Amino acid sequence: MIRQDRTHALRLLVAWAVLSVIGIVIALQVHLPPGDQSHQASDQTWLLQLMTIISTPVFVGVVLFIVYSAFAFRQKPGAVLEDGPPGRGNFRVQVAWVAITAVIVLILAGLGINELGSAANGQDFSASGQSLGTSGTVGTTASRPLQVQVIGQQWYFTYRYADYGGVESLHLVLPVDANVELHITSTDILHSFWAYQLGVKADANPGVDNITYLTTEHTGNFTVRCAELCGIWHGNMSDESGQVVSQADFATWIASLQKSEAGLKLPPYAPFYFPDPRAKGT
Amino acid sequence: MSPEVGAPMIQSSERRVVIPTNLITGIVLAAFGYWVGVNLGNSYLLIDDLNTGVLLGYVFASVLFLVGIGFANYPLARLFGWPVTPQSAGDEYKGAWRYFNLSLDHKVIGIQYLVAMLMAMLFGGIGAMLIRTNLLTPDQTIVAPDKYLTLVSMHSVMMVFVASAAIVGPFGNFFVPYMIGTNRMAFPRLEALSFWLVPPAIIILLAAPIFGGFPTGWTGYAPLSEQAGQGYDSYIVGFTLIGIALCVSGINMLTTIIALRAPGMTWTRLPIFVWGVFSASILGTFAAPILAAGLVMQGLDRTINTSFFISSNGGSPYLWQNLFWFFGHPEVYIFILPAFGIVLELIPHFARKPLWGYRTAVVGLLGVTLLSWFVWQHHLFVSGIAPALRPFYMFSTEMISIPTGIVFLVAFGTLWRAKISMTVPMLFCLGFLFNFLIGGLSGVFLSDVPSDVTLHGSYFSMAHFHYTIVGGEIFAIIAAIYYWFPKMTGRMLNNTLGKIHFWWMMISFNLAFMPLFAVGILDMPRRVSTYLPSLQGLNDWVSIWAYILFSSMLFFAVNIIWSWFFNPKLAPSDPWQARSIEWQLPTPLPKRNFERIPTFTSGPYDYGDPNRRPVADLGPEPASA
Repeated sequence: MIRQDRTHALRLLVAWAVLSVIGIVIALQVHLPPGDQSHQASDQTWLLQLMTIISTPVFVGVVLFIVYSAFAFRQKPGAVLEDGPPGRGNFRVQVAWVAITAVIVLILAGLGINELGSAANGQDFSASGQSLGTSGTVGTTASRPLQVQVIGQQWYFTYRYADYGGVESLHLVLPVDANVELHITSTDILHSFWAYQLGVKADANPGVDNITYLTTEHTGNFTVRCAELCGIWHGNMSDESGQVVSQADFATWIASLQKSEAGLKLPPYAPFYFPDPRAKGT
Repeated sequence: MSPEVGAPMIQSSERRVVIPTNLITGIVLAAFGYWVGVNLGNSYLLIDDLNTGVLLGYVFASVLFLVGIGFANYPLARLFGWPVTPQSAGDEYKGAWRYFNLSLDHKVIGIQYLVAMLMAMLFGGIGAMLIRTNLLTPDQTIVAPDKYLTLVSMHSVMMVFVASAAIVGPFGNFFVPYMIGTNRMAFPRLEALSFWLVPPAIIILLAAPIFGGFPTGWTGYAPLSEQAGQGYDSYIVGFTLIGIALCVSGINMLTTIIALRAPGMTWTRLPIFVWGVFSASILGTFAAPILAAGLVMQGLDRTINTSFFISSNGGSPYLWQNLFWFFGHPEVYIFILPAFGIVLELIPHFARKPLWGYRTAVVGLLGVTLLSWFVWQHHLFVSGIAPALRPFYMFSTEMISIPTGIVFLVAFGTLWRAKISMTVPMLFCLGFLFNFLIGGLSGVFLSDVPSDVTLHGSYFSMAHFHYTIVGGEIFAIIAAIYYWFPKMTGRMLNNTLGKIHFWWMMISFNLAFMPLFAVGILDMPRRVSTYLPSLQGLNDWVSIWAYILFSSMLFFAVNIIWSWFFNPKLAPSDPWQARSIEWQLPTPLPKRNFERIPTFTSGPYDYGDPNRRPVADLGPEPASA
């Protein structure tokens, strides 16, 4: 009895070890999002990669057990079925199993909390009274962050640059190597601002200034989508032409934006805008 | 222990009121009630879009339908002192008509539920096929975007109806009384009510397209839902009815399992399926009222201009999100806990071994039940909740993998060195383990806040919950149908068709849903009718395999219809050589479950034990008591 246990366990263990190594090697080849355009994005990429690697042996082990037992422990259909050994549980195995899952959970939670703890990932909902945009300086990693207000509306996002007199753009353009503070709000219903390559996602709520932080690290294009169902054109609420550009290019771009909007009368800049409750969008 | 022995089963009205109460009366009264409600609502027109009329119409129709089908007879009889008899009107009908009327027999209600759920699953499945058809092309050439969102919403709400009732409804109602050794449920009228709320809910939901459909998905997020037209009133009333059904069914199940267990049916002998139903019933009883309350608030917002969820008038969309998910997350465990119960119930019978670590399994189920109340804010990770809350909800969410892991451990311990009899139900159980593993592991990716920022609201999360609900719960339901069908209907399902069904479904399910994880991490949000042209290849692949998945259900449907209605051969009373008590009873089941309440003498899973006793003393009453 014990010897049979050992034989099966040994076979499973060897197969599990071999297949896990193969699985991890394959898992390392998988290209995971969102990339490295921002500090947050590369952190997320790293975390996703790590979780893929941790879950590979679990996946391999469970599938291996199911397949192995389906072949090794089956009986031929017969008139009278044979019974298996009447084992009712093994205390040590149960404690070990719970302990192992608990340790994995603690590791994962620790990693996640550590990641959240780094201030750059904080998302500050209460700070809506914060004074917005007066300095006119572009944020760098050292100084005060660049504040951009993201306004969701059916069915596009617009961006107001608080530091530059509240000028408004249809595309998000950010300088590279800058700390950015995104203030996300909505003028009608819920949207979710998802800048895929930047690793940013935050809901746009009417009447709420939802703040999320971001540190750009590489220049390039990024996609903006809405990730919260917001009515019939939800699927079309995307913009492929977000850009992270060099500091000099950003200065030129924002100057030309200011110039073109000089004669324009935009509503006064505010942390959030209340929608008309009776507006019927759909 | 069993006061019902020998007593008349159930009392109801004897007085034939002038109008007989049956399905036809119910439908006529429902139509009348709808007319009254619409006119009443429209004459007290409060705001511009006629929601009041439609809402009141649905409410009046549902209530009068229940009156017409006979739910008022007994209370009226007691109120006016008319004589009452032991049977409900529907139980006097012969043949199939019995199943279309109010019956207080738990066996009839189980069959009613099973058929209703399979029909609803068909509607939801057709919705899924239409969704996938639209996604064959990246632009909206096949279905217009508003119609597409209506399809998404109808599919999701219909499938949520199915998922929340398709195990406790058919199998809980049918088998829990047998498994605990009683002749009836504690509250047969509540049991019947929990079923008869379902057809009005399904029909009201199916009526949504008549009023332009609704664009909100199953979450009904305000303020989008406040914008939606009259179609959305279907969601409010239909979902409220399901909420009430969940709650009353939960109360009934809890009371029955706690109070009506036969002598010898101790808590540690309770079949694990009953434990699954028990834990899901706890969640149903306490979570569903929150949904119903929230929906009433939405109804008030839309009709009499309250502003619970309208921020410019002082309300908050967060309030709805919290109410909804405080119900919604326990809700997904209402789906899966009875499915765990089924899988852990079936595996010992087919592995021919006792359930390994029975007590640990119970702790696992109850652990999920407890933890499920503390995780709902993971649905709000990116919504702008206070940052300080997120580590806690991340940790509590990840903690759920500990009791879920126990379920796997118990299944594996039972399979270890077993003598597996590889039948169709067993195949579906093993399929469940595989699919739920993928669903669970992908859940870990979503539970971690930083990685969730990328995955939240994308097709990744959509693939995650389809793996747990379709690959998990639906597989368990199908396993249960193959397993218990001979006892429920007296006919075996065809084995060969069943095996084809399993492999066809297992392969096509995985090939259809696995790529959706990739679609999600490649930047495709959920519920969109248009997507990047570069993702068309993957989406077409998914659609084609989804059609093949749907076609696997043909084998199932043919198998059920042929075996049930055209196969004259009566099934043996214990085709699986299983030990649990329902298989010790004759097939077809007698109308009265037990002539004498049995005394349980051992647990249901004592395989391989040479000294085992029979599961219960089922003999007739000893001559001298």
